[in-house]
Amino acid sequence: MAKRRFKGGEIPTASMADIAFLLLIFFLVTTTIDMDKGLGIVLPAEGEELEIKKINILNCLINSQGNVLLGGEPIAIKDVHREIRRRLAENDKLIISVKAHKKTKYGDYVAVIDQLKRANAKRISIADTD
Amino acid sequence: MKLSRKVKINSDIPTASMPDIIFMLLIFFMVTTVLREYSGLDVELPKAKRIQKLKSKRHTAHIWVSKQGQISIEDKLVRSDNIRHIMYTKRAADPQLTVSIKADKAARMGIISAIHTELRKADALMLNYSSKTAID
Repeated sequence: MAKRRFKGGEIPTASMADIAFLLLIFFLVTTTIDMDKGLGIVLPAEGEELEIKKINILNCLINSQGNVLLGGEPIAIKDVHREIRRRLAENDKLIISVKAHKKTKYGDYVAVIDQLKRANAKRISIADTD
Repeated sequence: MKLSRKVKINSDIPTASMPDIIFMLLIFFMVTTVLREYSGLDVELPKAKRIQKLKSKRHTAHIWVSKQGQISIEDKLVRSDNIRHIMYTKRAADPQLTVSIKADKAARMGIISAIHTELRKADALMLNYSSKTAID
């Protein structure tokens, strides 16, 4: 009876690169690199209502047609950042209170917030719609 | 006299370490991949210039608002007064939570304002209005 000789077992590694490539391509395809982007804002905590001097408040009203009333005067959305910057230079304690109508389009509201961000306004208050 | 040239240049690219390189790339992509969890509603995001990136996908909860005023969280349609409970549980599990609002640009502010109120009640105060980059 012939004794079976052990010839030394080996895992074939020639195709390892192919397998790794296949996995790599799968993960390349499923990865979504594009991060979510947007306008960041922090809401005030519940019950954190403060009394603020009238002189430090600038009302910014947006109606349902997307027209903006800044401190009582109508203004085009694209000019808001210049006006805000000018007013912030006069009074750096200024709080901009944004108030929108119930039927205002969200796109117009985001455009106004974007303008405020462009003017580097840090104190933005969002009033409830009525 | 005949000179025999003995210098032979080996012109092969060494492929022995290729699996290692590929594995390294593979592990990088495995670690960075976050599989798409929810598909959300069909929305057309508004455009803005001063946008910032969200810090981390893992600390983000999404709220979708469609043009018609439907609100969706994690692929379930919810009523606006239920947002409070959902967000409160999420906020309790992750204090760094940022809420990303993916609303259609034609959505009405009445709904967005209702979401604001709910989020304030749930103590989820970090907010992000998801928007696309505007090109001028």
